[in-house]
Amino acid sequence: MDKQEPRGIQLPRRRFVQGLALGGVAAGLGLWRGNAQAQPWTPRTELRGDHFELEIGELPVDFTGRRRVATVVNGQLPAPLLRWRQGDTVTLRVRNRLAVTSSIHWHGIVLPADMDGVPGLSFDGIPPGGEYVYRFTVNQAGTYWYHSHSRFQEQTGLYGPIVVEPRDGEPHVAQRDYVVMLNDWTDHDPETIYANLRKQSGYYNHGKLTAGDFLRDAGRDGLATALADRRMWNRMRMDPTDLADVSGAAYTYLVNGRTPAGNWTGLFDPGEKLRLRFINGSSMTFFDVRIPGLKMTVVAADGQPIEPVTVDEFRIAAAETYDVIVQPSADRAWTILAQSMDRSGYARATLAPRAGMTADVPPLDSRPLLAMSDMMGAMDHGATAHDMGGMAMPGMMDMPMPSAPAASLATGPEVDMRVATPRSNLDDPGVGLRGNGRRVLTYADLHAVDAPISPRVDRELTLRLTGNMQRYLWSFDGQRFSDAGPLRLKHGEHVRIVLVNDTMMTHPIHLHGMWSELESADGRFQARKHTVVVQPAQQVSYRVSADAIGRWAYHCHLLFHMEAGMFREVVVA
Amino acid sequence: MSGVPGVRIAFALGVILPASTMAQVIDMQDMPGKPMSHRVDSTPSAASTSVDHDHHDSPVPQLQSVPPNDHVAPAPPQYLMQDMAPAQMASTMQMDDTAPLGMLMLDRLERSRSTVGDLATNWEAQAWWGNAMDRLWLKTEGERGRDGSDGRLDVLWSHAWTSFWDWQLGARQDFGQGPQRQWAAVGVQGLAPYWFETQATFYVGGQGRTALRLESSYELLFTQRLILQPRLEMNFYGKDDPHRGVTSGLSDLEAGLRLRYEISRKFAPYLGVEWTRRFGEQDAAEARPLPARETTWVAGVRLWF
Repeated sequence: MDKQEPRGIQLPRRRFVQGLALGGVAAGLGLWRGNAQAQPWTPRTELRGDHFELEIGELPVDFTGRRRVATVVNGQLPAPLLRWRQGDTVTLRVRNRLAVTSSIHWHGIVLPADMDGVPGLSFDGIPPGGEYVYRFTVNQAGTYWYHSHSRFQEQTGLYGPIVVEPRDGEPHVAQRDYVVMLNDWTDHDPETIYANLRKQSGYYNHGKLTAGDFLRDAGRDGLATALADRRMWNRMRMDPTDLADVSGAAYTYLVNGRTPAGNWTGLFDPGEKLRLRFINGSSMTFFDVRIPGLKMTVVAADGQPIEPVTVDEFRIAAAETYDVIVQPSADRAWTILAQSMDRSGYARATLAPRAGMTADVPPLDSRPLLAMSDMMGAMDHGATAHDMGGMAMPGMMDMPMPSAPAASLATGPEVDMRVATPRSNLDDPGVGLRGNGRRVLTYADLHAVDAPISPRVDRELTLRLTGNMQRYLWSFDGQRFSDAGPLRLKHGEHVRIVLVNDTMMTHPIHLHGMWSELESADGRFQARKHTVVVQPAQQVSYRVSADAIGRWAYHCHLLFHMEAGMFREVVVA
Repeated sequence: MSGVPGVRIAFALGVILPASTMAQVIDMQDMPGKPMSHRVDSTPSAASTSVDHDHHDSPVPQLQSVPPNDHVAPAPPQYLMQDMAPAQMASTMQMDDTAPLGMLMLDRLERSRSTVGDLATNWEAQAWWGNAMDRLWLKTEGERGRDGSDGRLDVLWSHAWTSFWDWQLGARQDFGQGPQRQWAAVGVQGLAPYWFETQATFYVGGQGRTALRLESSYELLFTQRLILQPRLEMNFYGKDDPHRGVTSGLSDLEAGLRLRYEISRKFAPYLGVEWTRRFGEQDAAEARPLPARETTWVAGVRLWF
């Protein structure tokens, strides 16, 4: 185990799986010891073909020295890797052995609405003791994942990777191909976590500003500056440390079901190219991923190929996937470090030529603070956007309208802040990654290798991401799911959805059934995604081709935000 | 839920043939040619490693020059969910953003000792139950000392009013020494700018009595667990009530400082000091008139569930 203590927040010493471990996974590895000896990577149960038998059940697990019960598929956490082939029609019989209704949603897969696995919209859910047979044709390739769409089962372990092999072979040659699935495990009952957040929204924030921070800032920047800074935030009743609702105080971050001490290890021979398929299957966590000493070439985002772009680091939101190629050339180990966005903890894995080798785990970056631009939006960027909007440019019709002041920017019980002039800078890596000296991936770097599905825009639809942190209410346009009717799209139309984030949190927004074709600020197609991150006070637009008839879910992929109301039904008819 | 898994499976099985057929049709309509296989080497160009975020040297693909995508629209569903009543929807989805919740909070449960040696037990507690918009509140505050107890209980319906404020409507019962007064209550509770937790409640009682209670507190973090809480409470009354030790105008003012250590968020012992100032003439008939100025030391716990 690493000896280095993360700066800032003291993590409780993680103890690792003892005795009773992860059932089927552990069985293949021999006995795991209490000490943190690295284990060789052994292929997890991986299912391939076109017929799959999946069984949802419970399994005792022990990640921290405390025995808990996880929700699992076929006795595995994460659930088994499903390998499909592009063009195949797959049949998945899912049996539910839980005492409660369950479901599986195939995240990012384009399929008929009744195969999408959202109880209430796609089907009734899978009753206890019952089963549901999913059957659909897989016409896409890439890295995806699956998870429960019932209550908090995703938080308790029901998630697994999907890899769809391209019909014509992988465009990027790699000698090894590993899934790196990131998750946030908790020993706490997610119902308790959610109730705690509703009672005290800062419950898990152990990085608030203290009197000592103020004295330090006053000493460094002068008393007047420090006071002015505090005044701005405190008058608004906003907290610049509000980066994650649930932190390392409750979470142990996992890579492929292993704790940092458990150190999942991917083997390679020096000089080989490795394809790492990163999947963020966590419920509430953004990870900042890097492999100190290795450049990563990002070749796919959300399963879809992009023009290769080489970076040192990337942020991956809950539900996003990124495929990267790395080429470790020396006979040594490298650490894969995935810090949580609030720097309250990390997931860790190792790439090594031989099992048992480890590399240094760098200390966590210092805890970032939200910036003025995360609250105010554009400032000078806004002027730029408006100037461009006023120019007569060819193809104006295809440009997103500069954010006209919305009819209502009122606040209220559901909404604690508004952003009058959102920023549209896709090249912002986000809080905590700005100017850190590393080359960090941004959305501006994502360029699809193929043409967009939506050749035009028939209609534009603006939705504001809203919330009230103190009350722990989250919504679109100030209306929680229970208050809002569905968004209706006409079959065959092409819509531009403009999302404006009126909150101080970063939200990964996931539309089921149809791709979200991310656009640049001036309306050019960037990349095809299933989950689009909108930073605080940011405006992001994407095109949606409404070609999938049915009722679909549309929501923030932070599990407790979804539960608290940041969810809409989209009807395509 | 569904007592007919067989039917569901039949639907599911039924989807395969039409689904793949339809998919092919759409594929052929949308795709002028077969998607090209573009095997590219993943070696990055030097330009793309640039740290400069403002310039992207990689060319933005033009629609004409890039290959078509391999997207295929999905077949329509064989089974379309019908609309449900909101309650049924919430239960089917297992997702309910209107679900009620309850909380019990003992802000202050403390033993106090005044500088003249009087010992007392003080409490301030609140409980609420309800959803995000409407809640039923119970609030109680009081003191039990050598000369008996003195306290109040408020029962309030609270409704979310603005981003940070709720208004509250209800009743208050005074108990302990002296006559048991009843009041109707209307007030606001919320978070004032600069993070002051604040309550202001106006009361109307019998015989033309009126009262106003203001309370505000702040939290100053020395560390993530060691927290100093200054607290100010003021009680105003419309007219004298000597039997309850109340004078018209600003009747009493309490200013406290409590330093707590959060062993957990929900459990924090504290030590503190409180200054009390009572205004107006004390009733000479009282056996032991309350001192006009009093300093007390307190030790207690703050906990919530």
